[in-house]
Amino acid sequence: MALDRELVGRSYPPSAVYEVGRGKLAEFAAAIGSDDPVHTDPAAARAAGHPDVIAPPTFAITVTLAAAMIVLDDPDVGIDYSRVVHGEQRFTHHRPIRAGDRLVATTTIDAARSVAGNDLLTARVDLATEDGEPVCTSLSMLVARGEA
Amino acid sequence: MTVTVGTELPEQVFRVTRGDLVRYAGASGDFNPIHWSDRVATSVGLPGVIAHGMFTMALAGRAVTGWTGDPAALVEYQVRFGRPVVVPDDDEGAEVTVRGKVGALLDDGLARVDLTVTAGGEKVLSLARATVRLA
Repeated sequence: MALDRELVGRSYPPSAVYEVGRGKLAEFAAAIGSDDPVHTDPAAARAAGHPDVIAPPTFAITVTLAAAMIVLDDPDVGIDYSRVVHGEQRFTHHRPIRAGDRLVATTTIDAARSVAGNDLLTARVDLATEDGEPVCTSLSMLVARGEA
Repeated sequence: MTVTVGTELPEQVFRVTRGDLVRYAGASGDFNPIHWSDRVATSVGLPGVIAHGMFTMALAGRAVTGWTGDPAALVEYQVRFGRPVVVPDDDEGAEVTVRGKVGALLDDGLARVDLTVTAGGEKVLSLARATVRLA
């Protein structure tokens, strides 16, 4: 099914608050093999000018990908989840995510088009603190492969 | 560090095993079985279990943050997931090689780093670019 361009600009209600914990950041840093102490040691993070330990740059995906996927629950989008692969990813960091952040994700359809039978949908997820401070903007292009 | 257009980052080679994928799945919350089950991966037409694209993106990011020495200096980062990284069920796993070169110096002390990320001699990420704040 061809995607409707009218979907571009559609926004979804903000997510529940995601509280960033030191343990989760340390677990993620270990999983990607990063041993930089700014991810695990609050004193090292403070020495580098951060209020608390900071996330590796791609940690944001643990919050933003689930937020992006909510567009697939929209009946007007009409994409079958089982056909979807992650085509492109982009992060713009307004500041590093850090332990103690209480983040809210707001999802908007940034682009929608159909190319050669595949549906390409870009979901923008704006991560901000509960108080509205912008933290990270994530663009995830989801590709729904056409049923050949 | 003097950085000019054409400055190359040290090449980094990352070994990726099935164990690494299990660990990344747990840490990231991405439990798609194509990243741990050969049965499911082959049933959807893949040669076998593949690495999470976001894991490969994270490794390439490490090559950049290791070079800058500051994970907070990476302000913008984008990739296109081209080919999957197939990870065999053995002790060697797969090797992901990351090369990078400064493609442009931008305003406000920023530089664009263009990345080439390969596995088994094939490019696995394309349009991979990071914008970093130079110290």
